[in-house]
Amino acid sequence: MVPTNYYVILSAVLFGLGIVAFIFKRNIITIFMAIELMLNAVNLAFVAFSRAMKSPDGEVFVLFVIVVAAAEAAVGLGIIILTARNRKSLNVERANLLKL
Amino acid sequence: MPILENLWIILLLPLIGSAINGLFGSKWPNKIVNTVALGSTGLSFVCAIEAVREFFGNGQQLFRKEFFDWIVAYNDIRIGFDLQVDQLTVVMLLVVTGVGFIIHIYATGYMAHEGGYYRFFSYLNLFMFFMLILVLAANYVLLFVGWEGVGLCSYLLIGFYFLKKSASDAGKKAFIVNRIGDFGFMLGMFLLFRTFHSLDFQTVFAAASQPSVAHEAMGQFGTLTIACLLIFMGATGKSAQIPLYVWLPDAMEGPTPVSALIHAATMVTAGVYVVARSHVLFTHAPTAMYVVAIIGCATAFFAATIGLVQSDIKKVLAYSTVSQLGYMFLACGVGAFGAGIFHLMTHAFFKALLFLSAGSVIHAMGGEQDMWKMGGLWKKISITFYCMLAGTIAIAGFPPFAGFFSKDAILFGAFNSEPGGKVLYGVGLLAAIFTSFYMFRLIFLTFFSQVRYDEHKVHVHESPKSMTVPLMILALLSLVGGWFALPPFWGGKNYFADFLAPIFGADEVAGVEAASAHQLELVLSGVAVLAAFIGFIVAWRMYAKSAKEGTSTGLHKVLYNKYYVDEFYQAAIVGPLMWFSTNVLWKVVDVGVIDGTVNGVAHGAEAVGDTVRQTQSGNTRSYAVWVVIGAILVFAIIFWPILRPVFGGTVSGGVR
Amino acid sequence: MTAPLIIFFVLAALAIFGAVSLILQKHPIHSALSLIVVMVALAGLYLLLGSEFVAAVQIIVYGGAIMVLFVFVIMLLNDGEEERTNFSKLATFAGLPLGVAIAGFIAAAVTSSSGSMPAATANGSLTSTKDLSMLIFTDFVYPFELTSFLILVAILGAIVLAQREN
Repeated sequence: MVPTNYYVILSAVLFGLGIVAFIFKRNIITIFMAIELMLNAVNLAFVAFSRAMKSPDGEVFVLFVIVVAAAEAAVGLGIIILTARNRKSLNVERANLLKL
Repeated sequence: MPILENLWIILLLPLIGSAINGLFGSKWPNKIVNTVALGSTGLSFVCAIEAVREFFGNGQQLFRKEFFDWIVAYNDIRIGFDLQVDQLTVVMLLVVTGVGFIIHIYATGYMAHEGGYYRFFSYLNLFMFFMLILVLAANYVLLFVGWEGVGLCSYLLIGFYFLKKSASDAGKKAFIVNRIGDFGFMLGMFLLFRTFHSLDFQTVFAAASQPSVAHEAMGQFGTLTIACLLIFMGATGKSAQIPLYVWLPDAMEGPTPVSALIHAATMVTAGVYVVARSHVLFTHAPTAMYVVAIIGCATAFFAATIGLVQSDIKKVLAYSTVSQLGYMFLACGVGAFGAGIFHLMTHAFFKALLFLSAGSVIHAMGGEQDMWKMGGLWKKISITFYCMLAGTIAIAGFPPFAGFFSKDAILFGAFNSEPGGKVLYGVGLLAAIFTSFYMFRLIFLTFFSQVRYDEHKVHVHESPKSMTVPLMILALLSLVGGWFALPPFWGGKNYFADFLAPIFGADEVAGVEAASAHQLELVLSGVAVLAAFIGFIVAWRMYAKSAKEGTSTGLHKVLYNKYYVDEFYQAAIVGPLMWFSTNVLWKVVDVGVIDGTVNGVAHGAEAVGDTVRQTQSGNTRSYAVWVVIGAILVFAIIFWPILRPVFGGTVSGGVR
Repeated sequence: MTAPLIIFFVLAALAIFGAVSLILQKHPIHSALSLIVVMVALAGLYLLLGSEFVAAVQIIVYGGAIMVLFVFVIMLLNDGEEERTNFSKLATFAGLPLGVAIAGFIAAAVTSSSGSMPAATANGSLTSTKDLSMLIFTDFVYPFELTSFLILVAILGAIVLAQREN
């Protein structure tokens, strides 16, 4: 008998941790993983609400989120590979050609 | 075609002539420009004569026609394009169109070799248009339109040789000094409007004649007195009286026909015309009339003293004009409005004659204007000489020439006026002596005494017919012009005064019919002739045989430098104004405030841009931070109703 | 303290531990392994919520495919430990507060409005796969087809991107 709130608060905390990782990490792949973490946190919230409202719609949406996350990871990692070949570094702060 | 019903034709003809010459004349030869200019002015003159004839045919009834509404406001304010013709208008109309036409003919000869020929006649015709508006107007506002317009044309014509700095400066001076007077004129108009709720001549004068309007006493500054003084201020500007006369001598920079037409015969008389037209108001404000008389008398004397020692032939005539205008105002100030207008008419004749003759002399001398470089010309340019002599005799006041009758009437009116009439008479008589002196000095220096120029360098020749014929016409008018107003004791009839009696009748100084007045008049006119003779004799003794320029010291120097009035104005008024404009209005207000604001807005935009640019740092991680900040903002905005209780505020319901 | 609650706290602690570890590890491969721990914990939580299908898909797709992909790429681009550059002052100072703020906002928003939110029941009422598939292939068939198209495009994109220059 876990209250729904607990799941949502956990989801919020995981989301916040994902934001922190997104801001503080310098390796581009790690930043990607932070994005995946955020998506997972959201999935948890979806499922929790789906259960609370006794409707499976939320879970269907989770499935779609997972599919999109997969496609995004594939393409994103492809891009990362390309840029890493060009610039020989995965440090996101080295990508500052637009700096004055 | 009935001209009176279509008075606007008289106005329109010179305007059309001006427009045609102005727009197309630059490509035309002089002959065609002549035809257009002379044709329009001549036709205007013919129409004026026809209008006068119709006026007489109507039994000299006041004719007034409203042509169209110009300003209509608040349902009861109406200022229209209304023209009127009465006896005073007839005199002014004939003088303006007649003398104007004669001077136009002269100008075709005088300006024949000048550049900008078409421009000159365009401006001259434009001047005629505005002067006729001024003369024919039936309300103060339309008169003011003409007033301003002639000021504009004066500026354009004085600065006709605009490449010469002194000429363009003189034009500006004329316009600006006039403007000061116009300020007073406008204030006077506002005051009249506020008092009478109309600026129509007939309405205002009828309202002012009501018994309910207080007849203000001498020394009392009521509404009418102040309004009259303000209007007179405008008149001092336009008619070159103290203290706003300083532009007229400088205006001699313009071509001589301009000096003759505008600064002798017509424009400068506009001030006298306005005062005479407003005589109903003035007679109810004796303080104002007294001021007019004093200023007129003082100016007459003051200008005459300056004219005694000038060496430029046109400057002598300019100061003479200022002096004679003083006489006209003296006449109006003592109540002899008819005499003032009469002097206006005769002055137009002989002053125009004098200016045109001077122009003829200058033309003969190849452009020389300094009298000390002339001499012994009477045989060489005899037509000019005789015409100029006629003008001189007229202005000095010898009978039977015109000047005698008009000046005599003025002095007689001054003598009889109260208070202080004897003093006014005395000063006026002194000015008459001076007038005769400086005019004959001019004649002797120019046409007699020894030859003071190099006869090999200057080829003196008589002027062409186009110039000498107008001279002769004007000389004739100077002779017979006075015969309209023979004083009763001469046995003739004063046609002029009778003609103007329906207008001025109630206010004209009475007393000419009394028997003792006849005696007095005889004596006074004898004294006037004696005064003229004294001036002639002194000039003869000093300048007729031989003349030396001599050095300029003491009183002579002060007079020659025009009492240093221009320098005084420069130091007291112009200098401080320029300082204020430069240091306060320019540096502080224009550069600091206005430019500062505009530039400040630009700098502000730049500063804002610089600040906002900080977000675009080129650093990926800070972009990430901005994304998160944006996300928080969106979230907060969407969930604000729910979040508000958390941050304080009343507890409201939940989402669901 | 009922059993579901204890299990929840254990799994929650595991998930948070994994997330914190993701932040604190220096080498990306350690971060990847931490993320896998998080995902497994989340799968457990899904089971606790009665969504067996979602839990299975989480393990299979997320843990078994996506994370494997991540690990492969990390091993391919053998970049080593993260270098400690710090060019952005904004990130250094604003990062932590922002994270806390977002978490706080979401939590506050949900808890303050959840008066009518019933507690999740875990009494055996699982979401059957049958119900789920009924939804997918009737109500949500359109998005379903679109996502399959999306996957096709992603595959093509990934292949094109990762080709060697010829």
